[in-house]
Amino acid sequence: MTATGQLDAAPLTEERLTHLQRLEAESIHIMREVVAEAEKPVMLYSVGKDSAVMLHLAKKAFYPSPPPFPLLHVDTTWKFKAMYDLRDKAAKDAGMDLLVYHNPEAEEKGINPFTHGPLHTDMWKTEGLKQALDHYGFDAAFGGARRDEEKSRAKERIFSFRTASHRWDPKAQRPELWHLYNARKAKGESMRVFPISNWTELDIWQYLHLENIDIVPLYFSAPRPTYVQDGQLFMVDDIERLEKVVGKDKMPEITTRSVRFRTLGCWPLTGAVESEAATLPEVIQEMLLTTTSERQGRVIDKDGGDASMEKKKQEGYF
Amino acid sequence: MTQTADPIYKTDALIAEDIDKYLEVHQHKTMLRFITCGSVDDGKSTLIGRLLYDSKMIFEDQLAALEADSKRVGTQGQEIDFALLVDGLAAEREQGITIDVAYRFFATEKRKFIVADTPGHEQYTRNMVTGASTADLACILIDARKGVLVQTRRHSYLAHLIGIKNIVLTVNKMDLVGYDQAVFDAIVKDYTEFANSIGIKVFTAIPISGFKGDNITGPSENTPWYKGPALMEHLESVEVDSTTDAAKPFRLPVQWVNRPNLDFRGFSGQIATGTVRPGDKIRVLPSGKNSTISRIVTFDGDLDKAVAGQSVTLCFEDEIDCSRGDVISIAENPVLAADQFETTIVWMDEQELLPGRPYWMKIGTQLVTVSVAAPKYQVNVNTMEHLAAKTLDLNAIGVANISTDRPIPFEPYVQNRDLGGFILIDKMTNATVAAGMINFSLRRADNVHWQATDVTREHHASAKNQKPAVLWLTGLSGAGKSTIANLVEQKLARMNRHTFLLDGDNVRHGLNKDLGFTDADRVENIRRVGEVAKLMTDAGLIVITAFISPFRAERDMVRHMVNPGEFFEIHIDTPLADAEKRDVKGLYKKARAGDLKNFTGIDSPYEPPEDPEIRIDTTALSAEEAAEEIVRKLIP
Repeated sequence: MTATGQLDAAPLTEERLTHLQRLEAESIHIMREVVAEAEKPVMLYSVGKDSAVMLHLAKKAFYPSPPPFPLLHVDTTWKFKAMYDLRDKAAKDAGMDLLVYHNPEAEEKGINPFTHGPLHTDMWKTEGLKQALDHYGFDAAFGGARRDEEKSRAKERIFSFRTASHRWDPKAQRPELWHLYNARKAKGESMRVFPISNWTELDIWQYLHLENIDIVPLYFSAPRPTYVQDGQLFMVDDIERLEKVVGKDKMPEITTRSVRFRTLGCWPLTGAVESEAATLPEVIQEMLLTTTSERQGRVIDKDGGDASMEKKKQEGYF
Repeated sequence: MTQTADPIYKTDALIAEDIDKYLEVHQHKTMLRFITCGSVDDGKSTLIGRLLYDSKMIFEDQLAALEADSKRVGTQGQEIDFALLVDGLAAEREQGITIDVAYRFFATEKRKFIVADTPGHEQYTRNMVTGASTADLACILIDARKGVLVQTRRHSYLAHLIGIKNIVLTVNKMDLVGYDQAVFDAIVKDYTEFANSIGIKVFTAIPISGFKGDNITGPSENTPWYKGPALMEHLESVEVDSTTDAAKPFRLPVQWVNRPNLDFRGFSGQIATGTVRPGDKIRVLPSGKNSTISRIVTFDGDLDKAVAGQSVTLCFEDEIDCSRGDVISIAENPVLAADQFETTIVWMDEQELLPGRPYWMKIGTQLVTVSVAAPKYQVNVNTMEHLAAKTLDLNAIGVANISTDRPIPFEPYVQNRDLGGFILIDKMTNATVAAGMINFSLRRADNVHWQATDVTREHHASAKNQKPAVLWLTGLSGAGKSTIANLVEQKLARMNRHTFLLDGDNVRHGLNKDLGFTDADRVENIRRVGEVAKLMTDAGLIVITAFISPFRAERDMVRHMVNPGEFFEIHIDTPLADAEKRDVKGLYKKARAGDLKNFTGIDSPYEPPEDPEIRIDTTALSAEEAAEEIVRKLIP
């Protein structure tokens, strides 16, 4: 083998599926199982790149039918504007209903990431998700989590069972063998289903590139207004709102930098990276040469120390 | 000192020079799934951590966290403890052992890898079987200082049982035995003998050090006597199972019928084995209807050909019945259907197997009711001995016959994992309680017929001028079941009806005298009574039974044994306190005193019917009135 990447393994024949073809076929299989066995499925759609891949796979799984379930966006009102734009367009293009849920209590109390810290994620997302699932009576929810993202996710099943109060018990998971998924549950109980569990970040990027899938432009570098907080770069997506929350006199210094995002969430919680990568191949190139892992840009993993994601998941966070 | 080859993996020069070319190359990678198995201290997690590290899948921030963690909780002193990368959940990290199945990912230029990390601890056969079920290859770890252990035998047996053809024996911790060839050779000799005895014909043995990095990505200077491939080289070049699947006859289990409008009807599923093309003659099982493939539909356009592993939607030229659970196969070589099988079962639940109890069985895309006979034997996974067994406990592996409630399309597991592997699901808790593999069918269902008798059941019934029925009285001991059953029979006799009363106590004196009162025996007791009652309905009789029959699952089983509409579940509903106060036979007193074990209502549960045909409230009705009520419902 040489550094120019010539393959000396057995030649790729038509019978031999590539890793992306195998991953795609597995995800489609999972989605069809859910639709066949669940009473009222829904797809959680967060507008990120993983959601984009998941939605694309759903279109493939049920073609020529549109995906036979709605999209649900559990919103915090603090997402980037560009995310709201793509969200509405993607749902329309797929011919699917889009449900947007706001936790009324969080809305009423004006919960925001600046003043309320971890409560922001807890109220808008964790509580909001539970409320939305109960409100609509969904018994199976697709989520775009991947096992390579975080240690506790590496052990979660593809069909992840939740009690009537939405709790996950990592010690009482159903064994998952072959491609046989046990989707049976009692009334009130539900499943979270992760069809792209076995995809890695690189798989996602490669697939987006290969399939020419629309993603939020924030993933590509451009000059954007930014500020520094706790050593991380953030983008100002709504300056009026920022002023209102932190106060005009306490505004951070805003500088235009060429930045992009590796993951997308609430704009005040999502760290940007300085970058010149303006196309998908450039983003992939930068990712492969970079030396920090993906979730580093998200503040959420760090509150509560090492086991924080596991704890959040037990409480019902995705 | 680390003995690795150049870090050619991932940080390929192409990334910086020509990203488009790099992507092109990497889009054509194949995928290998494998498991690592070893005992608690064999260095399994360290090896996986090492593979991630050497393929540059660890980022700087993770490495920084790893270094900090290694100093805080690591077991390798000041050196990096790779195991910490892999041990995920908080509770496990405290215990210092991995307790579940975790999946890890890394990639080289040639392949993407998914590693199932499965624990080596005694009680977790379940987890290893789970991890192995999707693996193309098993990596069996041995500590060079310890050699072939009982655990090594167990892991090898399980890997072989689940049908993994590529076995790699990694002799780890070679650094701790001075890279001594004699040690390695002795272990390989030992293992060869054992492997041959359980049917493993070929395996690859590699001397490594996960901790130091010897023979992981390239040849190590420390083992000049070893001429074989490094572990990563071997993983990159072995043939994966999915390739051989494409050469087998075509089979597709139908997942979902795609019907967006009246003009389109397609059958969606993932191809289990073989190849399909438009124009192929196919047969749908179990119906046996034939048609021809008209289109292979995908989002990316119609295909000329699809192969094993692909998820597609097929259209037929004819409008024939086909639905979820059916198997589409090539017409000239279709799958068989049967309803009785010999199987190998791995029990995975705290609650033991109850032979005779109905369970859900999921196989392919079918969900059917199945009952498992008492095991023929259990396998001691350490010695491979066959042991006599009445049931299977958590982590037990045994061979047992099963029967399904209808013929199902299948193939033996060794030929087809998708159509021969199954799970069992508890009907009450919905837990996945077992994994199983079909060894062979006991007979072809379509060749076996119920012995046709000239005098039919209809004839028997009409000669008696009645409709056969089973009046199934259920309730606590002392509820009054026998008394009411007697009165019902008297009333029916006076109406010239032909009846027979099967009483719990009486049956236990004869037919069921070999059964006790454990949960398993209670299930068998009811199964036998159900079969007798069914034969009696064939004879045209109205059968009245009086059994506590505490479990819903068994009452449902009998309901499904007899003809539709002939089963009347009658709940003789008495509060426990009332039944205990009555205590005609003095049994409650004995049970309360602890002299009688497994007594329903005291230390064994009673599951009341959820939707009985008749419910008798004994606090409101006398026995006479209750009997009257039952007869009125039966003969309005």
